[in-house]
Amino acid sequence: MKLTINAISVEVPEGTTILAAAAQAGIKIPTLCHLEGVQSIGACRVCLVEVEGAKTLVASCVMPVMEGMKVYTNTKRVREARRMVVEMLLSEHDGNCQTCNRNNDCELQSVAFDLGITDITYQGVKGRNEVDASTPALVRDNGKCIKCRRCVTVCTQVQAVGALFPQFRGFKTVIGPAFNSDLADVSCVQCGQCAAVCPVGAIVENSHIERVWAAIEHPSKTVVVQTAPAVRAALGECFGNPPGTLVTGKMVAALRRMGFDVIFDTNFTADLTIIEEGMELLKRLTTAVRDKQPVALPQFTSCSPGWIKFAETYYPEFIPNLSTCKSPQQMFGAIAKTYWAKKAGKDPKNVYVVSIMPCVAKKFEAQRPEMDDSGFVDIDAVLTTRELGRMIRQAGIDFNALPDEDYDRILGTSTGAADIFANTGGVMEAALRTAYEVITGRNLPFEELHVTPLAGLEGIKKAAMTITGTLPEYSFLEGVVLKVAVVHALGNAKRIIEEIKNGEIYHFVEVMTCPGGCIGGGGQPRLTDNEKRKKRIEAIYKEDEGKKLRKSHDNPKIKQIYGEFLNMPLGKTSHHLLHTEYIKRERV
Amino acid sequence: MNLDATKLSELDAFMAETAHKTNSHSYVIAVLHKAQQLFGYLPREAMDYIAHAMNIPTAHIWGVATFYHFFNLKPVGKHPVSVCMGTACYVKGAKLVLDAIKEELRITIGETTEDGIFTLQETRCIGACGLAPVMMVGDKIYGDITPKKAVKVLAQIRKETV
Repeated sequence: MKLTINAISVEVPEGTTILAAAAQAGIKIPTLCHLEGVQSIGACRVCLVEVEGAKTLVASCVMPVMEGMKVYTNTKRVREARRMVVEMLLSEHDGNCQTCNRNNDCELQSVAFDLGITDITYQGVKGRNEVDASTPALVRDNGKCIKCRRCVTVCTQVQAVGALFPQFRGFKTVIGPAFNSDLADVSCVQCGQCAAVCPVGAIVENSHIERVWAAIEHPSKTVVVQTAPAVRAALGECFGNPPGTLVTGKMVAALRRMGFDVIFDTNFTADLTIIEEGMELLKRLTTAVRDKQPVALPQFTSCSPGWIKFAETYYPEFIPNLSTCKSPQQMFGAIAKTYWAKKAGKDPKNVYVVSIMPCVAKKFEAQRPEMDDSGFVDIDAVLTTRELGRMIRQAGIDFNALPDEDYDRILGTSTGAADIFANTGGVMEAALRTAYEVITGRNLPFEELHVTPLAGLEGIKKAAMTITGTLPEYSFLEGVVLKVAVVHALGNAKRIIEEIKNGEIYHFVEVMTCPGGCIGGGGQPRLTDNEKRKKRIEAIYKEDEGKKLRKSHDNPKIKQIYGEFLNMPLGKTSHHLLHTEYIKRERV
Repeated sequence: MNLDATKLSELDAFMAETAHKTNSHSYVIAVLHKAQQLFGYLPREAMDYIAHAMNIPTAHIWGVATFYHFFNLKPVGKHPVSVCMGTACYVKGAKLVLDAIKEELRITIGETTEDGIFTLQETRCIGACGLAPVMMVGDKIYGDITPKKAVKVLAQIRKETV
């Protein structure tokens, strides 16, 4: 279809919205509620444009183009209407930019600036200002909410949770959980995708910044920090770098300059996870195939705490299918306060472990009461990528000018298999790299070891592999067709579980809570769209390919920790420190 | 609070009828009406129950229930009382009647008396303008009402109910 936008000719397929057509013509139309591929509902009215012959202005995010249409996006009428809409939003917005978590990272603020709003013409009653800090992961502030409904759509449609919904009507509308409950009292999985899409400061992470500074300044605390794989592919965005810029070395340098005593890598325990979780899978397969005994299959991955809470709440009958492995974050805490503390001659009670995570659910996971197997709280504080970015600024560090530095030894050594934990399909690929070699003695038969059918942004990915050429101890797996699936976003987890309930057979299923995997986590720099996801995913694969060692079982420090401390995978020490249990949760 | 088992099974039967229809989720409002008819209002437990049964998030059910004024979120008295506030009734002194009722019952609109007998509800024109001003108690209409008469009627009903 051909149309003109501000007299520029554009040709787009039928069904394209004016908003998308304008983007193609290089014209940006502001919006506060539209989310590419997720929500187009014309709720905020900021994207109004003028169409020749139309009586009223139209919302460009929901208006499909028509042949010969003449669209104007920057007329006086459009500018005045948009300004009026935003001024009305500001009149009830109970926020103060200077003290807001979203200052300089707020869509309402930047739209107001772009529209040249210098004054609040309408002084109205403010929204209901109620702060809900009931959960470990998130803080909601209804006074700042502009009712764009992005969080509702993401929570309900993408994540299949539905913890948030508009309540009451008109001016009294609030977005929140059922019965005006606190978020902690409903079945929110605390994935933070709401906070990731919120255009304003109405939902943000529960900040751990102050407690981390306090620990760093504490005279007798040794502060150990671990960095999750996905952070290195996104932190650069906080400092103006394009999406997909790898900043691993600069991040390590920044952490050192901030005063962290020891800089370690969650990658180390990601490698450890592969050994434990891979052996757990082989054990389940042995029970099922060789011993012909009943055992819970498929095995589901357990790295993603939002998914774990989702399964505990909505599919408790699948709890036996969840890998008993703790997530890499929690394994790290348990190892740092036992093995490492002893080795370094530190009293574990003075070891303070901080995680840097792309995730807000990790804040929830860290405070699960059972996560104290080291004899202490295994993880003391969890910072999101965004919080780390802010702390680096607070410390006055010129991030982009930093040299690249290396992680400390021992828990800073990792393989490329650990890096790819950040991507959807990555945990599966890392596990297959190791499991295939354990079973057959050969390399996984894929170019660059990448299991391409399981990579990328498609929501549900499946693969079947016939196992041949097994080593003698695994000869019972000869000819077995190993069926695996990879899903990301909890709505897709729900779909695969429904498939399994209907009789579909899988042996191993990777679930990541957030779209794209951890690189699209609720704690990553905003606003994550598919373009950014792809860039971050590419960066992570590049990091993996750049490593000398690409398979977890090749990590020399992993061999060392089994030799010195853990003894054997799934052994007694592993069981105590690296594995966990789950609980059935009430659905509200 | 436990919901009455007989009423629940009636609700179940109603939901079962809608379950196989296309777009069964669009029957939320009808199901909530049924629940209100059975329980007199929408208890939290009933909304939770419906959410599970229809596989819709509880927050969504609550969102619908709070959107429509017809749904009562709190228990309602045995006798719903309302004064028509349509134009005709209003100009003939409905507000004075309403104020007298509020004072007599010591409740405001949307509230229920402590003894559970009366709930004061909001009403617009009920199409009985010839009788203005009009008060309704349950299904019964009292025309040409005055503050004094209204108080008297309510006192009589209370006596009969207790």
